[in-house]
Amino acid sequence: MKEASEVVIEVRNLDLSYDDYEVMHNLNFKISKGDIFIIMGTSGCGKSTLLKSLIGLRPPAKGDVLYGEKNFWREDASGQKDLMRRFGVLYQSGALWSSLTLGENVALSLELYSNLSASQIQEVVELKLALVGLSGYSKFYPSEISGGMRKRAGLARAIALDPDIVFFDEPSAGLDPINARMLDDLILKLRDTLGATFVVVTHELASIFAIGNNSVFLDANSKTIVAEGSPKDLLANSKNSNVIGFLTRGQKQGGQ
Amino acid sequence: MPSEKIIFDYSIPKTLQIKLTGEWLMSSGIPAISEFTSQFSGHSDVTQIVFDTSKISKWDSGLVSFLFGLIKECQRKNIKIERKGLPEGVLKLLDLIEKIGEKNKPQETKPEPFLQRLGGRALQLKESLLSLLGFLGEITVSFNRVIAGKAYFRFNDFMLIVQRCGADALGLVSLISVLVGIILAFIGAIQLQIFGAQIYIADIVGIAMVRVMGAVMTGIIMSGRTGASFAAELGIMQTNEEIDALKTLGVDPVEFLVVPRILALVVMLPLLTLYADFMGILGGYIISAGVLGINPVEYLNHTQSAVKLSNLWIGLIHGFVFGIIIAISGCLRGMNCERSANGVGEATTSAVVTSITSIVVATAIITFICQVLGV
Repeated sequence: MKEASEVVIEVRNLDLSYDDYEVMHNLNFKISKGDIFIIMGTSGCGKSTLLKSLIGLRPPAKGDVLYGEKNFWREDASGQKDLMRRFGVLYQSGALWSSLTLGENVALSLELYSNLSASQIQEVVELKLALVGLSGYSKFYPSEISGGMRKRAGLARAIALDPDIVFFDEPSAGLDPINARMLDDLILKLRDTLGATFVVVTHELASIFAIGNNSVFLDANSKTIVAEGSPKDLLANSKNSNVIGFLTRGQKQGGQ
Repeated sequence: MPSEKIIFDYSIPKTLQIKLTGEWLMSSGIPAISEFTSQFSGHSDVTQIVFDTSKISKWDSGLVSFLFGLIKECQRKNIKIERKGLPEGVLKLLDLIEKIGEKNKPQETKPEPFLQRLGGRALQLKESLLSLLGFLGEITVSFNRVIAGKAYFRFNDFMLIVQRCGADALGLVSLISVLVGIILAFIGAIQLQIFGAQIYIADIVGIAMVRVMGAVMTGIIMSGRTGASFAAELGIMQTNEEIDALKTLGVDPVEFLVVPRILALVVMLPLLTLYADFMGILGGYIISAGVLGINPVEYLNHTQSAVKLSNLWIGLIHGFVFGIIIAISGCLRGMNCERSANGVGEATTSAVVTSITSIVVATAIITFICQVLGV
């Protein structure tokens, strides 16, 4: 792996809240190009809220999210849209549009944002579906396929425009170990081939260790980041009992 | 422009060398596979394709999708592809596709022939009729259990539904009914003024509102408002597996979800009808007294003598029947909803359409019966 080079996302002094209720405060971290960056933490600690602030669905209470030089929440609507076009998102349930076939799901962003003709779009769609192991399924509707396939189709949709950054919200949630492992492999391979940066929100330990090369741990008690680094390093070296407890499924809770 | 990116070289016998140059980006457009096949059609002796991609400056999925299509095309034609000259990233992606593709092949589905589809539709119609009958049966059984006190009935939930389909609808019912009263008064006035008999506007508005219009307007408002909301609510519950959760808990979903809704609407619709009747008469009164110059006291007296108790009962029976119709069509569509966003939309639409159609049909039937009975 190359040394961490170009920073693609920088989070500065970010505060997250629901009305008056503070979810997280003073979050600071950087994500480098080519990273598979894990945002981990216990259920309900604010991982998904943080993700929403990163992908432009929920303004933070305070602080900045920088994509390269651009400060996302300071951009005007069209600037934000341009930034959003640079990333793909795989939602927890796949979030495929149920009235469209898998092919149409993948094609939509290509129709909106590329200059390709209909037949060329079809070729790209076939490629993207083939990349996630769904070649031949483009005429199927989301309701006709299994949950694991829906997730993979969601991934094909997320990478349709060759994004610089792909966000995942709990990619292996609801998948069997084989399918979860397959998705992890796919993420690794896509990182190697597409050269994109992956930001993964998850609490699946197997995934965290299998794919993550950098991470932050959000702590529900202190409501901020308490550990940062590669998951394996954290397991070996972290002094924080919450982090160790999390990474060892509570078997080494330390003094607590 | 795209054709400049691709050069065909047939200098080596039986081999086609494809040279790719420049930018191969989705944003700048990629050549279509058909361009390749038409170029290639005159050279049937070619058995192998090699690539030279050293002149490609930038590439993304555009290039990969072109090559992917080309490889599939060549496999069909039994032409060997030498991949060595391709960029390393492309090779990796193509490998990935091949590895992952082998175990995932969809089953072939054939389109049904016309007659089979037609037959299928007819059978579907029979199915849906049977499911309606089955649903009505379930409701009857559940009602029996509720009356016998054996059912799990949450009174608070019931009151909440009563509030939602009763009190919360008052504003809308008021507005529509007053306007209908006003419209009836104006339309009556057009003819009656000719004979100087404007006072009979009171009779027209009173009888029309109380006997049928109050109930029909309320029914239509409530199909759009409450019927649709029942269908959407139960549809989403079906999608979220909440109804399955009830079943596995041993709670009959019809008893738990449908019966309170029917009961609430059956109680509230006649009451709303009564309220709509008054509002309609009020609308007629405002126009007659304020605009058409009819003596207010005389108007009220005329209304009182014209509207018989039988009219009121007929109106209330309408309301009662409409309540049943709206609640059942809303709940039926919701319970049978397909588990998708589309399904919920269809369930809602079909609930409203079914209930409004049934309301009009029911009105016609009741009116005919009253005619025969001479009420």
